[in-house]
Amino acid sequence: MSVEILEKVKNIVVDRLGVEANDVTLEASFKEDLGADSLDVVELVMELEDEFDMEISDEDAEKINTVGDVVNYISSHK
Amino acid sequence: MKRRVVITGMGVVSPVGNDVETFWNNLKNGRSGIRPIDRFDTTGFATTIAGLVVDFNAEDFIDKKEARKMDRFVHYAIAASLQAIKNADLDINDEIAERVGVYIGSGIGGIETLCEQHDVLSEKGPRRVSPFFVPMIIGDMASGQVSILIGAKGPNSSPISACATGTNAIGDAYKIIERGAADVMVCGGSEAAVLPLPVAGFNSAKAMSTAFNDTPEKASRPFDKDRDGFVLSEGSGILVLEELEHAKKRGAKILAEVIGYGMSGDAYHITAPAPEGEGAARAMRDALRDAGIEANKIQYINAHGTGTGADVIETTAIKTVYGDHAYKLAVSSTKSMTGHLLGAAGAIEAIACVEAMRDSILPPTINLDNPDEGCDLDYVPNEARSADVDYCMSNSFGFGGHNATIILKKYTE
Repeated sequence: MSVEILEKVKNIVVDRLGVEANDVTLEASFKEDLGADSLDVVELVMELEDEFDMEISDEDAEKINTVGDVVNYISSHK
Repeated sequence: MKRRVVITGMGVVSPVGNDVETFWNNLKNGRSGIRPIDRFDTTGFATTIAGLVVDFNAEDFIDKKEARKMDRFVHYAIAASLQAIKNADLDINDEIAERVGVYIGSGIGGIETLCEQHDVLSEKGPRRVSPFFVPMIIGDMASGQVSILIGAKGPNSSPISACATGTNAIGDAYKIIERGAADVMVCGGSEAAVLPLPVAGFNSAKAMSTAFNDTPEKASRPFDKDRDGFVLSEGSGILVLEELEHAKKRGAKILAEVIGYGMSGDAYHITAPAPEGEGAARAMRDALRDAGIEANKIQYINAHGTGTGADVIETTAIKTVYGDHAYKLAVSSTKSMTGHLLGAAGAIEAIACVEAMRDSILPPTINLDNPDEGCDLDYVPNEARSADVDYCMSNSFGFGGHNATIILKKYTE
């Protein structure tokens, strides 16, 4: 797992969801722990696509629940 | 017996101040809030001035994360609503939440977001359009967001009637309380359309002032011979309306009473008022009928008075309704100072009426150097004047031929 990817994801999540960096752990669920609603997640996925210059299909995006899911997905699709 | 409806709180965000005290102090001192547009490059625009809200920070009122998901017109509405609720000293607890409604309109809605996201669509394609696009642009979202923030679970909707929106909001909310559907209504208007697209559009329609770009404070000149169009402004005015007994029971400070509401349609033209102002006259008469008072009770009219050709038509309508009394009452257009806040205009003007009654001061029509032919009423030219006012009327007319009038009264037992 790339520390660089985690840091970038963390920065985006902190900025978009207005949460503390310490709360953005790999286990943290976007909806349950970080206060995101379904629209927030859609926006977050867009940001991640831009940041990592990749496309995340709607089908894959629906499987994303935690910060760890995002980091793993990006690491394996980069 | 009709349920009586009183005003117990007010809040404002405007080019002449972001709280009621500053707003009123500037109005009674005849200060203009019109300035050069600095938000976008006005090169090539016929109009380069507007009534801009300054020193406003949405994050003083709204969580940063939430503020990002709202258009500017919602920021203004929330700021004014929170001021009004604080002013009313109203605690919206579980016991009353279902009896508290929100009714805030906007003439144009979230057009800043619409323009930004259209650029995103053009430049980056459909997959980059924000999931918050729709809930940010729709004009009802001030009512939606304010209700979420304050926990108001009563009647919730939004009027849209262009420049009559603010007055319709107050009038409709008054009727909602009167008929027993709510005890408290947070109501008014909000607008944030000082942007390239609307400025260009209003210029194309030849509706806005273009001759005073170098002297912005002189540009809004209702009833004056040299007026050449309205001046676009932004902001929000919000009032807390409350059923009288409800207000008394909780010991609320009562600022004024709403006693009449009238409306009509011109059925004539999309932008031009009906000849002789016959539609405007019918709205004023309907409000007097609703209030159950004789026309000669009215001592002050806060005119729609935008600084266009329609000022003469409104004057004619006032004379039609009031006869000789038209020359005895005072009429002023506070748009001479604030500019035209479109869907928020009627709301901030109702606040000006309340303050005029409370302070016994009539706000002036500034820039009235030479009244135009046909504009022969007492417009309180250029300087505020002391006067005891017990009854006042506020007019708003909108593109589409919407005419709305409310009557406010100094509160007595």
